[in-house]
Amino acid sequence: MAERIVVDPITRIEGHLRIEADVSGGVITDAFSAGTMVRGLEIILRGRDPRDAWAFAERACGVCTTVHALASVRTVENALGITIPPNAELVRNLMFCAHYLQDHVVHFYVLHALDWVDVVSALRADPQKTADLAGTLSSWPKNSVSYFRTVQKRVQTLVESGQLGIFANAYWGHPGYKLPPEVNLLGVAHYLDILEWQKEIIKVHSVFGGKNPHPHYLVGGAPCAVDPENSMALNAERLALVGKLIDDAIEIVDQVYIPDLLAVASFYKEWASIGGGLKNYLAYGDLPTNGIDDPGGFKFPRGAILDRDLSRVHEVDGADTDQIRESIVHSWYSYQGGESESLHPWDGETDLRYTGPKTPYKNLNVEEKYSWLKTPRWRGHAMEVGPLARLLVAYASGREEVKQAVDGALAHLGVPVAALYSTLGRTAARGIETQLIAHWMKDFYKTLLDNIKNGDLRMFNSEKWDPDTWPAEARGVGLSEAPRGALAHWIVIKDKKIANYQMVVPTTWNGSPRDGSGQRSAYEESLIGTPVAVVDQPLEILRTIHSFDPCVACAVHLYDPEGRHISRIRVI
Amino acid sequence: MPKQSMTLWELMESRGTTRRDFLKSCGYLSAALGLSATQMTRLVWALESKPRPPVVWFHFQECTCCSESFIKSSHPLVADIVLDRISLDYSLTLQAAAGKQAEEALHQTMTKYPGQYIMAVEGSVPTKGDGVYCTVAGQTALEILREAAKNAAAVIAWGSCASNGCVQAAAPNPTGATPIHKILKKVVNVPGCPPIGEVMAGVVVHLLAFGRLPQLDSQGRPKAFYSTRIHDSCYRRPYYDAGLFVETFDDANARKGYCLYKMGCRGPETYNSCGIIRWNNGVSYPIESGAPCIGCSEAGYFDNGPFYRRLPSFPGFGVETTADTLGAYLAAAAAGGIAVHAVATNLRKRRLIKKELETSLKDKDLKTGKKDEGGA
Repeated sequence: MAERIVVDPITRIEGHLRIEADVSGGVITDAFSAGTMVRGLEIILRGRDPRDAWAFAERACGVCTTVHALASVRTVENALGITIPPNAELVRNLMFCAHYLQDHVVHFYVLHALDWVDVVSALRADPQKTADLAGTLSSWPKNSVSYFRTVQKRVQTLVESGQLGIFANAYWGHPGYKLPPEVNLLGVAHYLDILEWQKEIIKVHSVFGGKNPHPHYLVGGAPCAVDPENSMALNAERLALVGKLIDDAIEIVDQVYIPDLLAVASFYKEWASIGGGLKNYLAYGDLPTNGIDDPGGFKFPRGAILDRDLSRVHEVDGADTDQIRESIVHSWYSYQGGESESLHPWDGETDLRYTGPKTPYKNLNVEEKYSWLKTPRWRGHAMEVGPLARLLVAYASGREEVKQAVDGALAHLGVPVAALYSTLGRTAARGIETQLIAHWMKDFYKTLLDNIKNGDLRMFNSEKWDPDTWPAEARGVGLSEAPRGALAHWIVIKDKKIANYQMVVPTTWNGSPRDGSGQRSAYEESLIGTPVAVVDQPLEILRTIHSFDPCVACAVHLYDPEGRHISRIRVI
Repeated sequence: MPKQSMTLWELMESRGTTRRDFLKSCGYLSAALGLSATQMTRLVWALESKPRPPVVWFHFQECTCCSESFIKSSHPLVADIVLDRISLDYSLTLQAAAGKQAEEALHQTMTKYPGQYIMAVEGSVPTKGDGVYCTVAGQTALEILREAAKNAAAVIAWGSCASNGCVQAAAPNPTGATPIHKILKKVVNVPGCPPIGEVMAGVVVHLLAFGRLPQLDSQGRPKAFYSTRIHDSCYRRPYYDAGLFVETFDDANARKGYCLYKMGCRGPETYNSCGIIRWNNGVSYPIESGAPCIGCSEAGYFDNGPFYRRLPSFPGFGVETTADTLGAYLAAAAAGGIAVHAVATNLRKRRLIKKELETSLKDKDLKTGKKDEGGA
């Protein structure tokens, strides 16, 4: 008889996520993923000025800050036929890259590392041995004996104070922790360093968008005027700051993140065959080099992979109503056309209809509806999205630099390509793409400098700024990639106002409940077969769920109180 | 007996900071907090010797931008706050334990330190539908909030969601998103979407250093950070006074850094420290990067749009005006049926103002200002 375990709240994520899992004979036999918070942006967006939408949509998520604003301005530009100047595209790419660098590195150290690193075990480490080990991994100058001794003393003081704070009541000493004390000390030291560094790279957002989190965006370009001869515009000083931040980020990624990731992974190779889950992968692609309408010029290509067949990449189109459709069989909504219906986002309906247990509750009724997330499908298939999907689509599309990076990491660990289809593979993919992005960012920066040098200062296309230039009706779709995976917004503009606005976000793909035919989505499928050593300590569940980097700020579906036209928004 | 944790000074010393640099960084903090020299001595003392108060940090209807902003504080650093200055016993974002163990940690703190723990809330609370729109561990946000508040020493509402409802409370507020001060009494509101990281850290340091809440204005905001309009601290203010404005984004005036008033800037009606402290350790703020302020720390800012429409009333109040006196004035003006713009003190710009007003009302049919009973 299986035992039902509940993990709520899942911590070290964004948002409100609950996992219920059946464990039998020390292995998970079934799993249920539930989003337990909903806000409401879409009905709020209706009737507003489309040029304002980015500010509303950006508040969908403060961890994926920037990407919702990016998807939003792209959606409006797509609807109105606006082409942005090359410099604005570069600025957006630089902001995109800065966001990924901060978000992925913070995910590894602050959100994911404590699943692999035993903080208390670090007290038993010999700082000399940690320094020796660190010296073999990289030439990062900070990795000295006195540095590791200081960190160890700090952890010791914390433990002896009796107030463990964020480390209290965790799973220290759990048999699943495999790192030697010296590697644990290395992990703890770099956890603290990364916390300190991550506030630097996002200064790229402050330069171009005025602040982080939630930098400012602009339909038609970027708000920051550039003029190397003016003290009040983006000039050489501002650009030099961005250049330095990129160089520092490259050093952190090359000298700290990647060496640590590979070192930790080498102790957990069994996790290269756990947590694989779905066999289908979806990526919208991003980082355009020749405008948003030329996906062939994206650094991350667009496409879908089915059944792990890397010999074929399927074409993906957000405007094709046969491709992306959503159902609500296990979600707290109702459809006018019936429970079994599936709808493309442009025709979407959403009517919030909570039918779950009365609070406080112990278990959800997973036979019925159990989540605020709807269930999206691509041509009927459940798809995984995220860093692994992006790399696989790029790999299968024959992108040489991606292939080299992936093959290099696999060779270092001595594992085959199949190892990517796992919890460890997902975590490694995030690291590999971070390294690629850090170096691409430098290229974007150089191109921006070249443009300015050649006299191109344009940052904004004002042609369609005035609503009087707009058609009576327009619809658009904006595709992007959040750090957690494929992100899309849809808009319908009527009479200069938003008539409909919708989002389908990465965690809706990965964390949604099963569909009407019983097909599980990525979180649920990936947990099947996962071993659980101590039933009331969910360390293994956290490892796999964190490998997706959940971001659930909401399944913000919205409803029309009068039950007429209904639509929705879903948020990471 | 458990040893007392490392003080901030010990920590910085152990990292090679000199006493002189330490005092300098305290001085920076003092300046940010608006403290006198005597007060600074107390701050140094408090940072050196206070024990770590327990803090429980809740996430309700939010997007975690407040936590993201908090971890980007430059002084103090978040690791120094979280590991050395406070004991962060519950935080969905940072805490190692999950599920049952996380909830146990929360309840242990509430039981062990009644009347002593600080409660921080990120996010609004949905009140429609019996609160089912946000649950944690099977309990609604409303139930959790009320239970935890019973024995909290202080309640901090981080960000605009907790302070004024932010985006989810904008019309028509589908889930009944409600700010914390409408449910609990005596809340410190730290608005902004998000608040500046150093402001959040500054509020914590204030509590630790002085052992009491900072002085608040009538909206419950710490005066140290929310008593100045962005307009009055804006480095582009001289261009406003001279009547020099950006006419369209990226025009010649934009490159000269002229005033963004005509692009809809909300600086004239927004109380925040963006122009003083700036963002991300002083790098910039939206206006400095060419983007008009959207007023993200003001109640109802999402219903005060469209964002790119210039403010309909011309604000002519002096630099000395605070939120409270302006609020009192507006109330009196409304009662007396006096149009706000009529009191503009800058007579020199009357003609310009009139022209602005005429054009600014062009898009008035766009949705603005509708508010639901649940929101701010």
